[in-house]
Amino acid sequence: MHKNTKLLYLILLLIAALLPLQDFIYLVFAMKVLCFALFACAFNLLLGFTGLLSFGHAAFFGSAAYITAYFCKELGAAPEIGILLGVFGSALLGLLIGALAIRRQGIYFAMVTLALSQMIYFLAVQLPYTGGEDGIQGVPRGTLFGFIDLSNDVHMYYFVLAIFVFGFALIMRTVYSPFGQILKAIRENEPRAVSLGYDVDRFKLICFVISAALSGLAGSTKSLVFQLATLTDVHWHMSGEVVLMTLLGGMGTILGPVVGAGIVVSLQNYLANIGSWSTIATGFIFVVCVLAFRRGVVGEISAFFKIKH
Amino acid sequence: MFELLGITPQGLVAQLLVGLINGSFYAILSLGLAIIFGLLNIINFSHGAQYTMGAFVAWIGLTQISQWLGFPELTMNYWFALILVPLIMAGFGLILERTMLRRLYHLDHLYGLLLTFGLALIIEGLFRDWYGISGESYPAPELLQGAIPLEAIGIILPKYRIWVVAISMLVCFSTWYVIERTKLGAYLRAGTENPKLLQAFGINVPLMISLAYAYGVGLAGFAGVLAAPIFQVNPLMGSNLIIIVFAVVVIGGMGSIMGAILTGLGLGLIEGLTKVFYPEASSVVIFVIMAIVLLLRPAGLFGREK
Repeated sequence: MHKNTKLLYLILLLIAALLPLQDFIYLVFAMKVLCFALFACAFNLLLGFTGLLSFGHAAFFGSAAYITAYFCKELGAAPEIGILLGVFGSALLGLLIGALAIRRQGIYFAMVTLALSQMIYFLAVQLPYTGGEDGIQGVPRGTLFGFIDLSNDVHMYYFVLAIFVFGFALIMRTVYSPFGQILKAIRENEPRAVSLGYDVDRFKLICFVISAALSGLAGSTKSLVFQLATLTDVHWHMSGEVVLMTLLGGMGTILGPVVGAGIVVSLQNYLANIGSWSTIATGFIFVVCVLAFRRGVVGEISAFFKIKH
Repeated sequence: MFELLGITPQGLVAQLLVGLINGSFYAILSLGLAIIFGLLNIINFSHGAQYTMGAFVAWIGLTQISQWLGFPELTMNYWFALILVPLIMAGFGLILERTMLRRLYHLDHLYGLLLTFGLALIIEGLFRDWYGISGESYPAPELLQGAIPLEAIGIILPKYRIWVVAISMLVCFSTWYVIERTKLGAYLRAGTENPKLLQAFGINVPLMISLAYAYGVGLAGFAGVLAAPIFQVNPLMGSNLIIIVFAVVVIGGMGSIMGAILTGLGLGLIEGLTKVFYPEASSVVIFVIMAIVLLLRPAGLFGREK
């Protein structure tokens, strides 16, 4: 990693750590950005670094949110246990969906993941544990490790920040490891990776499960922040949003999804009150990104300064 | 046997008819997706939105346009809509292809998917903004209102539904005939196989690609008009359908036109039967079948791995 890049991450972390000292940016908003940034980073591991476009990542985000919400509210589990169970559930789901989806390539992979996540959506509508249209509301944030009261927004914020940093570091570790290099080789030229003797399907599946588990971590955390798990979390619009965040920020860049998540979440907050315009704006950004801005914000900036990843 | 399971033959026939109608829509839409994918190598995510748009254009033609233009007697009735709406939608498709999709052919497939996904969101959002999500009703034409009673087995067949199945079949099979048995179809198949070679023979391949997209979008618009009197015309009607159609396409594979039609119909029927015997599973049955097909025959029932 470049020395300047390291410095940049340190500065960003410092800013994030000092955020509760001001009251210009609402803390719940910052937590929302962090959750979605983690979600987008996890998604980018799959799309940007392995070249697999999953159109069903809402299934992992949403099911983890439901699992955490269910255990914390109905069974009174501690938040750390709830999150662990959510992550475990989404990893397991990732194993199932991933094993099916990697049997097809390219465009079919996207359609299979979309269809399977729609199945999870229908299950969330029908199962007795999920509360149907209402979802699970009023999830208690609880006390972390038995002594940190998370109902305090500042405590919750640092907890979310810690989770984000953990997830982000794990993704960075994965990308820069030999394992990550093989993933990139698969992205660039799958037949060649096969001919070099790599069991491509196994690498794809492992990457898919890591991505699903981290998406689940984001979903579980989100359900504690907002004390809520609803059908929105598993809907295909959510899968589309995470694609957009990654595309807008810059596919295959480390920081891109974080930037993309920040922009998309701010935009949605801004447009939330004017009916369908958030959907229209989302669609419009998609079109513009694909036609004219394929490298994304961070990708363009890196290209401008000629920074190599 | 049926009485034992608490199922009446009437209920069974009614659900099978509903299944056949859904199957017809799956067949028309997956046919359009297959044609577009064959030549453009793009999965048209906005197919569902274009279907919605077809239904809305028909509804606007029937109820709104006379007020907009100030001629109360000027309305586009169902029969005109059936011909005009697909043409309007094909024109819309032509514009999209010429202005946007054309720029993506040299890129990875996934960009086509993302662009059409964005278009789908814009179309869906605009209609939601203009007309809300409550849905508008569109009456069936007078000729097709009412039902045909079949007293021998004690069931009633609504005329409009019979018509939808019949006309969809006609459109699907004539499309199949044109593609598989005519010279134009031969060009189309050659273009799917090897566009560069076809162009070397002096065929205008870019024009053919534009027309193929226009035809696919036209088919989606046609399905929209057919659906308008059955379902409420609402902005979300297409997005829920298109995901199921994607599963249908994965099951059938996009290599074969007949495969797309038969898979669509067959899955509609299976879904209808599931509603009779185990209603809770009817919304997921197609996805479960998709999972099984992926395990047993990853290329799809009629597919070839490229």
